[in-house]
Amino acid sequence: MKKEDVPQDLSSLGKITKEVCYATDDSGKYVTELSKGWDIKITALDAAWQDIEGRITAAREKVLKNEASSLLFFMERGLMDISILAGYTGFWKWQIKRHLKPDVFKNLPDKKLQRYAEVFNVSVDDLKNMNVHEA
Amino acid sequence: MKLNFDHLQSAHCENGVTRSLLNNIGVHQITEPLAFGIGAGLFFVYIPLLKINNGPVIAFRPMPGLIFKRTCKALGIPVIRKKFGSKEQAELFLNECLTAGHPVGCQVGVYYLTYFPKEYRFHFNAHNLIVYGSEDDKYLISDPVMEHETTLTRYELERVRFAKGALAPNGQIYYPVTGAVVTDERIKKAIINGIEKNVRSMLQPVVPFVGVKGISYTGNKIKKWRDKLGPKQAGLYLAQLVRMQEEIGTGGGGFRYIYAAFLQQAHAYHPVDELLEISNKFTESGDLWRTAAVQAAGIYKGRIGSQDDFNTMGNYLLEIAEIEKKAFTALKKIKWH
Repeated sequence: MKKEDVPQDLSSLGKITKEVCYATDDSGKYVTELSKGWDIKITALDAAWQDIEGRITAAREKVLKNEASSLLFFMERGLMDISILAGYTGFWKWQIKRHLKPDVFKNLPDKKLQRYAEVFNVSVDDLKNMNVHEA
Repeated sequence: MKLNFDHLQSAHCENGVTRSLLNNIGVHQITEPLAFGIGAGLFFVYIPLLKINNGPVIAFRPMPGLIFKRTCKALGIPVIRKKFGSKEQAELFLNECLTAGHPVGCQVGVYYLTYFPKEYRFHFNAHNLIVYGSEDDKYLISDPVMEHETTLTRYELERVRFAKGALAPNGQIYYPVTGAVVTDERIKKAIINGIEKNVRSMLQPVVPFVGVKGISYTGNKIKKWRDKLGPKQAGLYLAQLVRMQEEIGTGGGGFRYIYAAFLQQAHAYHPVDELLEISNKFTESGDLWRTAAVQAAGIYKGRIGSQDDFNTMGNYLLEIAEIEKKAFTALKKIKWH
């Protein structure tokens, strides 16, 4: 890639920092050049987030239909799977699988709910009621 | 307490940490491309059956920590490296290092990394940054992908050092020991060693999904994604490939350009003309990785998406594999003086 071809499409990262790219100058020698972002990368990230939004919506519906506990909603919202959540909460994976069932979740003591609430940065009440406060 | 430390921005985090920490102990000859090349940083693996963020697992770099480790080893610089079971011990050791005057590299997860934009904060645990001091409740941070220095509170730093999930950092901390004198002769040897290592990791793996074989393996897989997954999911897979490939200076195109720059700089130590010719091959490969990314974007944006379009995409990877196979084979044949 030539230095003048380094893309300059402003990304959300570009608003905070430019990225270093290696590109060639007129004599073919490699030099560094700063880039504000690249449209191709921006849309790849957008596609990933659209998929995530879809997952969150689907999880919310499942919770409302009582097919899953509100844990599923917060898990999707936190981009987590069961093993990541197990890592952060210290629960075993099989425990989390149980807690994803509405009937089991309903009877969990606050002490256990607190562990989930902390990881998701919400209160126990919010966790139970699927409330979110967008930062 | 603020250690005397110069923040340097890099294309890739681990190259950057390696270069900055080495510069800091007086090894000024090591540029980002030299760190990348000596550390044999170019890699490819497609891990079948496993999924990450509901998509394919494709990595363009060796395991986190390897570039630093190999570069220091090749230069004869001893390394201190520690992982921790307890957060308290991890912080204690960090503070001891700072008190003793060592800026340190830390492996971190980006999910809770507060100075990154939210859109970039996935559960990715192979990021690296440098801590070079503390002020009040804050640690002074030099993140090589950022233009300027930044800070994290004690709690924030602890959270990213103890991120969970795949490749969890477990508070991993590392720094090169001061006092080593690195001669040009040593760098010359390290360059040859790095090239030989990279030739092996790209040309000789026995499994079909690693190295240049892995690139063509992935190309052939991509051709089948549309039928196997449906157009929408196949598009998301390609978006994931592009993110792994191009995000924040890393991966496909970016890494090839850094490697091409490395071969040019290697030429200053070893005046072998093949190095410059092979450098051009990596530039060609980097350009083609970017062309492939543009094709992928056409698909995940929904502008194109026929089987022919997937075939074209897959063929780009086959072509890349061919170019890189030739380039590494040529590197293997170089007669060093």
